[in-house]
Amino acid sequence: MIVRALADGFTWRVAAAVLVLVAAAIVVPVLNLSVPAGSALHVPTYAVTLFGKYLTYALLALALDLVWGYCGILSLGHGAFFALGGYAMGMYLMRQIGSRGVYGNPILPDFMVFLNWKQLPWFWYGFDHFWVAAIMVLAVPGLLAFVFGWFAFRSRVTGVYLSIITQAMTYALLLAFFRNDMGFGGNNGLTDFKDIIGFDIQSDETRAALFAASALTLALGVVLVAFFVKSKYGKLMIAVRDAESRTRFLGWRPENVKLFAFTASAVMAGIAGALYVPQVGIINPSEFAPANSIEVVIWTAVGGRATVVGPIIGALVVNWGKSWFTGAFPEFWLFALGGLFILVTLFLPKGIVGTLVEGWTARRARRASATAEKDVEPESFGKDEELRAEAAE
Amino acid sequence: MFLLRSALLLLAVLLAPISAVHADEAATRAAVAKFGRAMSFSDVEKVVKEVAATGDPAAVRALAALADGNLYARQPDGAVFVVKEKSDGFDLFDPLTGKAEGSAGKDAMVKVKVKNSLRRLIGDAVGNLTLAARDPAVRLAAATTMLNSPDASTIEALDAAIAKETDAAVRRRMEAARASAVLVSDRSEAEKEAAIDLLGARGDRDTLSLLLSYEATAKGPLKDRAASAVSDMRDVLAWWGVAQNAWYGISLGSVLLLAAIGLAITFGVMGVINMAHGEMVMLGAYTTFVVQEIIRASFPGLFDWSLAIAVPLAFLVAGAVGLVIERGIIRFLYGRPLETLLATWGVSLILQQAVRTIFGPNNRDVGNPSWMSGEFDIGQLAITWNRLWIVLFALAVFTVLLYVFNRTSWGLHMRAVTQNRRMASSMGIRTPWVDALTFALGSGIAGIAGVALSQIDNVSPNLGQSYIVDSFMVVVFGGVGNLWGTLVGAFSLGILNKFLEPYAGAVLGKILILVLIILFIQKRPRGLFAQKGRAVEA
Repeated sequence: MIVRALADGFTWRVAAAVLVLVAAAIVVPVLNLSVPAGSALHVPTYAVTLFGKYLTYALLALALDLVWGYCGILSLGHGAFFALGGYAMGMYLMRQIGSRGVYGNPILPDFMVFLNWKQLPWFWYGFDHFWVAAIMVLAVPGLLAFVFGWFAFRSRVTGVYLSIITQAMTYALLLAFFRNDMGFGGNNGLTDFKDIIGFDIQSDETRAALFAASALTLALGVVLVAFFVKSKYGKLMIAVRDAESRTRFLGWRPENVKLFAFTASAVMAGIAGALYVPQVGIINPSEFAPANSIEVVIWTAVGGRATVVGPIIGALVVNWGKSWFTGAFPEFWLFALGGLFILVTLFLPKGIVGTLVEGWTARRARRASATAEKDVEPESFGKDEELRAEAAE
Repeated sequence: MFLLRSALLLLAVLLAPISAVHADEAATRAAVAKFGRAMSFSDVEKVVKEVAATGDPAAVRALAALADGNLYARQPDGAVFVVKEKSDGFDLFDPLTGKAEGSAGKDAMVKVKVKNSLRRLIGDAVGNLTLAARDPAVRLAAATTMLNSPDASTIEALDAAIAKETDAAVRRRMEAARASAVLVSDRSEAEKEAAIDLLGARGDRDTLSLLLSYEATAKGPLKDRAASAVSDMRDVLAWWGVAQNAWYGISLGSVLLLAAIGLAITFGVMGVINMAHGEMVMLGAYTTFVVQEIIRASFPGLFDWSLAIAVPLAFLVAGAVGLVIERGIIRFLYGRPLETLLATWGVSLILQQAVRTIFGPNNRDVGNPSWMSGEFDIGQLAITWNRLWIVLFALAVFTVLLYVFNRTSWGLHMRAVTQNRRMASSMGIRTPWVDALTFALGSGIAGIAGVALSQIDNVSPNLGQSYIVDSFMVVVFGGVGNLWGTLVGAFSLGILNKFLEPYAGAVLGKILILVLIILFIQKRPRGLFAQKGRAVEA
């Protein structure tokens, strides 16, 4: 049965995405580490790190797609879960610095010494172990999403109201993390990392490994989401999205469905954040800014919500465009981004992938009707059409 | 001592011209002219006493200059001038009026001699003169200076002044000044006790710090008495503190009201979350900036009117932009509120970048007209004029909108569309037209808010961003489709915020408010003043 569900979930697009990601996880590190720097095939380290960062963004967009595309919850606070996962990882990396900090304190991170703190706050305990940090990466965003969703979905806060309070949530966290006495480095956040599980975080090998980890995690995320949305529970999610009241009247509990999707999505976002931080080398409160969370929404919208591959393509395309634009025309990036928001919502509501899929489906429908009438059509035409369609796929 | 004297002198010099016209100038002038022939210290002392006896505050300028060593006599005619040294001689000024009287070479002028014991006499004379000034404001200012820097030697002068004083407020201030002087003198305990009681009854912060410093040095029963006076005053001041917080809260509430009310209209009528609302506020603020620039360049005399000119212009600019957004984007997205949210976010990015490109990324300087600067006191409450005007302005905007909503046919149409769009449409209301105008109205109101906010906040491309989350909170808290909800929401959030701030700090207070709103929405998902009826769910 599981095999059957997996097979159902694996459209050729998902399979292709997974293959590409796994291939990238192997090929890019090889091209970076083994091919000499002069070669045309060499991938420079900065590109590895840059695309590794994009892959974590793609995972974040996929997480948002799960709640927005499939469950109809527009969260404007997913950046908060991403940042919380990032902070959990950042705290681990801070503890790994040990006595190599500017002040050389073996226990306290630099900013605590600077603030004249005498001992480690209780919530930093255990972060010197990777497994504790790994659990926190999953647990903290998951718990916040669970508590938040538990309250919000049970009292049937929906639509724009929900969007606004998710924005309020991330804004409140932004303000909180800016405070120095919160114990998370205040304005400057956590940075100046040295090691991750014993490896030098600056070395090419570690960076290539982090890239591979990001690509593989994203591939795993794609498989899980594709499997999940094709399962019975996924159908229920779509039902809640399209007709919440009707689903309720049929005897289901939409709040539980939403709560599950929201929490799972938050955990995914947290993992994305945890992979993001060691690659960019810093985590600070600006990751909580409401504008960041809204930008994630546009990645998903551009790529195509309610598709599995769409958010990944959207995140890669928009972020690559951002890097290119801010290099070439720094003045115009916000114009381009703003225009993208408007044009996509007006003219491309299904996003790139959604529109393409729609086009193919329409074509297949035409072909089906064409083959139905093949008595009157010359036989070769129908065959040609079929071959061409297959070639296109 | 020295500080007190210099403060008094400075004060007197500043205030003297106000009262100069009233006095018998000829007699004073004659007395001051005698400095020109005062050769010895004893002569100067005599003349100082004579000048003090005229009781004319106009003489303060001459006495102050004498104490500073700037009073000179011209040779050979002996005319007396206040001088200002320059490289090749002196600039001369009239000793009474301060009018410029040309200049003279260094060897033509002889300094009127002065020494420290004389300076003391001069200080007392100046104090007495200002306490005797015709203008109550001068007397009040003199008494205030004496109150804040008590000096035992001033008691007699104050006694004399109190006996003559006719203005009740000035006399109270003088009595307080005398009491503070008594505390630092070696007078009897009974007198000091009376002084403590008198000061304790005043209950302002300056007196509190006076009494506190006295309490620290006093001994025995006097110390206890001062301590109890201090604790009484603290109780009174605590109440003033509450009033101050309430005022700050009302002030913040009025800002929130201005920022949120346009949003409440568009959200209420059209169910549209306009993420570009903050940028409409920003456009209003930049309109004010442009108006002021034009006025500064071409019509400087009109500066006090700049805001009155900016208000309608800001309404038109922001309203026109709103109309374009509605016709160009939003009308294609009806029934898809989440997509509208994204598209308007895009609009806000474009507007921000446009303003940044045109006006630059830095803060722009928007000035306060004269009637909006300064502050005044009610009891222990300091109220700045710009805050007061903004509160009044917010209430005025609210009243006008209330009138439009409840008393005009357009308002009727808007309410009808809010309550039941399809029914309203069936009754012949052109709902697309109502939508367009409503959106323009909401945006225009945001523009007006921008004019007001330009007076208290930095005018930068990010201005709108800082208000957008707060405005949403107000609308969501107050409930949609009801202006009163926005009013109550704005003021309760403002006041709550300011009362939390002293205990939790500004940032934590804000976080608490956000958490409270998130919890509140669970209880009342449609806000404080929710619409009722079947149409709501549709």
